[in-house]
Amino acid sequence: MNRIVKKEILAEAIKLIEIEAPLVAVKALPGQFVVIRIDETGERIPLTVAEKNPKAGTITIVFQEAGASTKKLGTLKPGDSVLNLLGPLGHPTHVEKFGNVVVVGGGVGIAEIHPVIKAMKEAGNKVTTIIGARCKDLLIMDKVIANVSDVLHVTTDDGTCGRKGFVTDVLKEMIEGEEEINLVYAVGPVPMMDAVSRVTKPQNIKTLVSLNPIMLDATGMCGVCRVVVGGKTMFACVDGPEFDAHLVDFADLRNRLSVYKDEEKKALEKINHECRLGK
Amino acid sequence: MQAGQMNNKPEKIKMNEQLPGKRVRNFDEVALGLTEEQAISEAKRCIQCKNPACVKGCPVMIDIPAFLKFIALGEFDKAIEKIKEKNALPAVCGRVCPQEDQCEKLCILGKKGNPIGIGYLERFAADWETKKKFQTTKYKPQTNPKSKNQMTESKVAVVGSGPAGLTAAADLAKLGYQVSLFESLSEPGGVLVYGIPEFRLPKRIVKIEVDYIRGLGVDLQIDVLIGKTLTIDDLFKNGYKAAFVGSGAGLPRFMGVPGENFGGVYSANEFLTRVNMMKAYKFPEYLTPIRMGKHVVVIGAGNVAMDSARVALRLGAKEVTIVYRRSRTEMPAREEEIVRAEEEGIKFTLLAAPTEIFADDKGWVKEMEFLKMKLGEPDSSGRRRPVPVEGSEYKIKCDTVVVAIGQKPNPLIPKSTPNLKIEKWGGVIVDEKGMTSIPGVFAGGDIVLGAATVISAMGAGKLAAASIHEFLQNIV
Repeated sequence: MNRIVKKEILAEAIKLIEIEAPLVAVKALPGQFVVIRIDETGERIPLTVAEKNPKAGTITIVFQEAGASTKKLGTLKPGDSVLNLLGPLGHPTHVEKFGNVVVVGGGVGIAEIHPVIKAMKEAGNKVTTIIGARCKDLLIMDKVIANVSDVLHVTTDDGTCGRKGFVTDVLKEMIEGEEEINLVYAVGPVPMMDAVSRVTKPQNIKTLVSLNPIMLDATGMCGVCRVVVGGKTMFACVDGPEFDAHLVDFADLRNRLSVYKDEEKKALEKINHECRLGK
Repeated sequence: MQAGQMNNKPEKIKMNEQLPGKRVRNFDEVALGLTEEQAISEAKRCIQCKNPACVKGCPVMIDIPAFLKFIALGEFDKAIEKIKEKNALPAVCGRVCPQEDQCEKLCILGKKGNPIGIGYLERFAADWETKKKFQTTKYKPQTNPKSKNQMTESKVAVVGSGPAGLTAAADLAKLGYQVSLFESLSEPGGVLVYGIPEFRLPKRIVKIEVDYIRGLGVDLQIDVLIGKTLTIDDLFKNGYKAAFVGSGAGLPRFMGVPGENFGGVYSANEFLTRVNMMKAYKFPEYLTPIRMGKHVVVIGAGNVAMDSARVALRLGAKEVTIVYRRSRTEMPAREEEIVRAEEEGIKFTLLAAPTEIFADDKGWVKEMEFLKMKLGEPDSSGRRRPVPVEGSEYKIKCDTVVVAIGQKPNPLIPKSTPNLKIEKWGGVIVDEKGMTSIPGVFAGGDIVLGAATVISAMGAGKLAAASIHEFLQNIV
């Protein structure tokens, strides 16, 4: 059992929880994730560790209420517990002094780039961050990210905050600019990561993406998280979750992510119904 | 017949089973167990060899004639006590051990084709004890009375709560060590829980055996993934004096044919875990989904393939076909399981190897292509090698594919443990005592053998526990 000690609502349907996980809080490194199962009937869902506090024995997780399980997680309050929490899982982000690093975060991915930016800064890199959301109300953590980045660019699809457009618009301009970019690191929705990869590929700028396929045990046992990287099948849970974006088969990833679309809808309806009943 | 008298019936007893037509519609256990009368009668067939061969066939060396004699005398409590001297998981072993290749194969009566039903009787004794436990509060199952007095200071870590780990933990606890048993999943049992389906090994049986082992003083820690949450090095830093690694062969093999990533293609591990552990058959009450097609193809012919096929049938598949590249003779599954699959109406397509999977416009599997095979010369495994028949491609319509062609050792511990020597194929290398290249770190079960049997893993756990005891006595 892992108890939630703090909860914040960052934006519409985007929530932050700080949760007790003493061993994970010691071990977790940027880029790693945990698997949570809320209760006996719950499914195992992977969530990236956004922050750790080894002294308090807690980790922070930011999630978007996209399906039944995240919706249910969003109903929990401080003092409530989840039944299972396993981690840290996956390889940590490879951090070294690359030079000029551009970190791109989209949607809830903004929370996930936060520890990576900090680690890249500590390793002596210049970090330019580009974050984007659909609109101002869905933009999260811009102040926190501004504090840790050397330069911050904000975009929204509708122009309600920062520049109107996509993160890739800024990235394109940076690539066309004078400063050499040594590494691009991107986390966000699959179309965004795919787009970032397309922008950096012609210039052959090393680009890493953190993939979010469906997972079950997340320890290498089931293979449901298999992704095609450089023509080879890899398991995102143990071989990833970060991969060279230029080698990732994004179409395959999209197809595998949509496998349970109908079931997800059905499960979400059930949870919404329970929420309405105040269960 | 008088108690203790021999029974001259020549034939091995048949265990009652749920009829095929009924059982394919439920997940209840197929084999129903023996009655007391049946058990006594079967045990009386044992001729109590002076030099019993059966014991040599048992990887954990149960004193088989002794427990059979107790059953013949109706002293079931003594029978189970005798079994538990060597085997901490009798209800599991009585159900899933391949006795036909082990104890029963060497039984002298087996020469005439009718060995004693040792596995049936082991299960009987274990089930009898369970029934007693629930019927009366007076009956106390035998735990080890010595363990408390012998309690030493040494802490020992056991990694993985599958058959190897459970056995090692039980034996170490009986020797008086403080044992921590680490499990990454939410429930203890390893493959007994995520892999073997309810109708072959009910979860309550596993729970009872795990409870027995915890009753011996073993401290179970779930949601700890050794190699990630804590490393082997961390364990020694935290005061553990020795470790046993029984983390299993978790990593599924895929076929490497085009189309393997389409929707509806599962590894057997994924398919079985969704159903057995996550209870996807109760979706949406349980939130883990599974999408079960009407026409299911299972690739492979081991026990895991039989389990997958029979699970698919129980989940409502109309037609389930097992496709195997060799012939029936070479199938690695237990004969008993193959027969049950056949009885339940599973189809077998033999001498065929998959070449490609095709999907509909939604990315969901719709048919599979195979190449016919013929048998050539025997290979290194002694089985005749399948050879492709040129130009013999044909297609089978299907909407679910389960790949059950084996597992590789889970690489998490080898990767996170510097100096741990492994084989090219990923297995951890151990010496004849079960010790790895790191002093004090032992390993056994599928992480060493590759995917093998429950009982061989238990044998390895047993050996390692004895070796750990020897190792710790020498260093203290």
